[in-house]
Amino acid sequence: MQLNINGKTVEADAAPDTPLLWVLRDTLGMTGTKFGCGMAQCGACTVHVNGTPARSCVTPVSALAGKKITTIEGLSANGDHPLQKAWVAEGVPQCGYCQSGQIMTAAALLKKTPKPTRKQIVDAMAGNICRCGTYNQIVRAIERAATAKA
Amino acid sequence: MKKPITTLALSRRQFLLGSGGLAIGVAFGLPALTASRKAQAQAAGLAPNQWVSIATDGTVTILSPAAEMGQGTMTAMPLCLAEDLDADWSKVRVVQSGHNPKLFGNKLFNGIMATGASRTTRGYYELLRLAGAQTRLILVNAAAEKWGVPSAEVTTENGVAMHKASNRSMGYGEIAGFATVPATLPAVTPAMLRKPADFKLIGRNVARIDLADKTRGAARYGIDMRLDGMLHGAVLRPPVQKDKVASVDDSGAKAVKGFIKTVPLPWGVGVLADSTWAARKARDALKVTWANEAPAKNYDSAAVGRDYVAAAADLDLSKAGVEVEKHGSAPQNIKSAARVLKADFIAEHTAHMCLEPMNATARFADDKLEIWSPTQSPSIATFASAAVLKIPPANITVHNTLLGGGFGRRVDADFTLDAALLARAADGKPVKVTWTREDDVRNDKFRPLVGQHLEVGLDANNNIVGWHHRFAGESIYARANPGAFKAAGGKDAPFHEGAEFLYDIKDHLIEFARQERGIDVGFWRAVGGGYAKHAVETMIDEVAALAKADPVEFRLRLLAKHPRAQAVIREVAQMADWNRKRPAGRALGIAYSDMWETHIAEVVEVSLNRKTGAITVHKVWAAFDTGVAVLPQNCVTQVEGGIVYGLSGALKEQVTFKGGVPQQSNFHDYPVLRMNEVPPIEVKILVTDNPPGGVGECGLPPVAPAIANAVAKLTGKRLRHLPFNPARVKAALTA
Repeated sequence: MQLNINGKTVEADAAPDTPLLWVLRDTLGMTGTKFGCGMAQCGACTVHVNGTPARSCVTPVSALAGKKITTIEGLSANGDHPLQKAWVAEGVPQCGYCQSGQIMTAAALLKKTPKPTRKQIVDAMAGNICRCGTYNQIVRAIERAATAKA
Repeated sequence: MKKPITTLALSRRQFLLGSGGLAIGVAFGLPALTASRKAQAQAAGLAPNQWVSIATDGTVTILSPAAEMGQGTMTAMPLCLAEDLDADWSKVRVVQSGHNPKLFGNKLFNGIMATGASRTTRGYYELLRLAGAQTRLILVNAAAEKWGVPSAEVTTENGVAMHKASNRSMGYGEIAGFATVPATLPAVTPAMLRKPADFKLIGRNVARIDLADKTRGAARYGIDMRLDGMLHGAVLRPPVQKDKVASVDDSGAKAVKGFIKTVPLPWGVGVLADSTWAARKARDALKVTWANEAPAKNYDSAAVGRDYVAAAADLDLSKAGVEVEKHGSAPQNIKSAARVLKADFIAEHTAHMCLEPMNATARFADDKLEIWSPTQSPSIATFASAAVLKIPPANITVHNTLLGGGFGRRVDADFTLDAALLARAADGKPVKVTWTREDDVRNDKFRPLVGQHLEVGLDANNNIVGWHHRFAGESIYARANPGAFKAAGGKDAPFHEGAEFLYDIKDHLIEFARQERGIDVGFWRAVGGGYAKHAVETMIDEVAALAKADPVEFRLRLLAKHPRAQAVIREVAQMADWNRKRPAGRALGIAYSDMWETHIAEVVEVSLNRKTGAITVHKVWAAFDTGVAVLPQNCVTQVEGGIVYGLSGALKEQVTFKGGVPQQSNFHDYPVLRMNEVPPIEVKILVTDNPPGGVGECGLPPVAPAIANAVAKLTGKRLRHLPFNPARVKAALTA
């Protein structure tokens, strides 16, 4: 089937019930999107479908025809999205495994709510688990990105 | 205690040789090179030892020996070498070392390669600095000889050697183009290392090298391995660990598109398929009958917890237990004490929940095994694979990938062995095995279920005259490190770590009563510290309350001989404004930990919903002194991470068992702390010139007792059963 990923149309040979996550990772070799739980509990696999955050681990590819998928690899041209820069500036990642999903969720938040309050940040991010405990650094990085000059 | 190295006596064998005016820039142990290869090696620069090589373009490549699991070691350890090499950090390239314990082993792990127990910085700090200092001397001497000046007149700065009197300078890369490693190596001693006040890199908050990749999806973890022709594997394990397969019907698996074959394993049934998803579907379609012979088939954690408390509280050593530590005569003093405080504690099993589920990749061909594993110990992965595959360790190559969290789980080799055995059945093709989250939770090497009993004797003035601390539970080392367990006469160092303390209590007895119920337990971040300090620090508070002493002042008195301990306690009390009265319904609690050569004190502010039993932690303050901090800000976030892990463990986390079967399987029924549950956390580092301690775990032990102490202040009730979930807190309030 055909999928539109990061602005490109790609051909993916996979069973229709295959979650997008495994098509990205196994079939297309795009390993930036992570597997964490397989049941939409941890957010590590977050991508955007038509601009809205979606859990790719429970989204079968059959549901994605004609939709625009964005992954961490396609969030910015050179890894320089304000959030990515803020993540580095605040030294957020520890093991880093959850951070693709964290950044994708945060990017959708900032698109909808460019100047979020702390509460809006925390509510929007509550679906993304970080086992290393970088939560407070993530909040700071989102605040930094939200106040950064374009 | 850590034994300082007095001198770096690298022999010619370890340090590579120069001959005929040509340096040989190749790896240790290779036979003599031909002339043409020598020339090639020279063109590549200078490789004076196993840790560092300097290319003629000035690039300095430093090997990092430990597993990077988020603690920043890939930056911190090379930085130590770069400090005393006086390298230009912008020209440093870091490479993960291969598995070679002779060259890269950690002295604190008897020379094997393992990452854990907060031992990386403590184990390598001085060695890597000495290696840097010796390399710098080689460069300095070579420059001096070239210029015809005394070495003493040559200085270095930021990767450049200089002779100021003649206004000459040469970059390290240029020197590497002609320098040879001398037959007699320049001696270096710790006294020659740069003093903390002169550090240019250590303590200067150099940015971690792994950050950018980790924001772009470009960092490669074990689970991201892709090799040509790679197959995918999944493994079905029994519902009760260690059960055996009675029969297998794989007709359903065979019907899955992409299925390749079924592979019987000693611990279950594996399948090979052409994708992760197909492997999983095929695995789920297996119909396996189990023999129902698991030793833990009747394991019910609620009942076992009660048994363990009873075993801990039974002071008759002839029934169960070994003496772990004995100072003075605690039991006798307790018998004759004016007053005795007794308390029983339980800590439930917990799971690690590394966000990257267990996985590994392997290729087996011609009796040789190549492994790519997110392991905390390539040495353990090697030894375990050699034993299971019955091949010599020399036939095994382990590549240590990045780890998506470790927390002690990845010390074990079970997930690596899945890949090794499935690869053996794959006709030379590489195989990646990816566990589901459910596999990961149900087959964790859980934190032990622990019963503890404490008896403390007081004299008429409420001075502590005896402290008797007994543990009961399944041993960690008896399974994971039987050699060490046996050599220690049945002590289980990680299990009861944290029971020792710096408090001035002369009569102190610690005992361990090993229980054997057939459940594999392992190293969960802070290991013994997670529950031992819960017991110790709540009891200290209880004694303070009885003596009508302030918990801060009481601890300061008991730590009069330890100014570093006192400093962190005073600091955190000030940060939290300890003496300020809190609004009604709020209270502060404090706890202190001395583990891993780091002093840390934490204060929490809590409130309690008495109807539901739900505890809210409103704020956490922490102050710690880990000595020299290689990356101070990173140390702060490590401590904060430990606090978050500790809050999660103290308030929520437990794995319960019924009939030997873990009742939790994923984040929906094993919830961990989320962003909307994390309080503000303020962490302050007190940098001193002491040798560096560990920071990956130290944030955790004080969390639970600080919360329990705050709740006791609010309610007068002591929380002694981890985790402090609402049902349990409610029960404690009505007890």
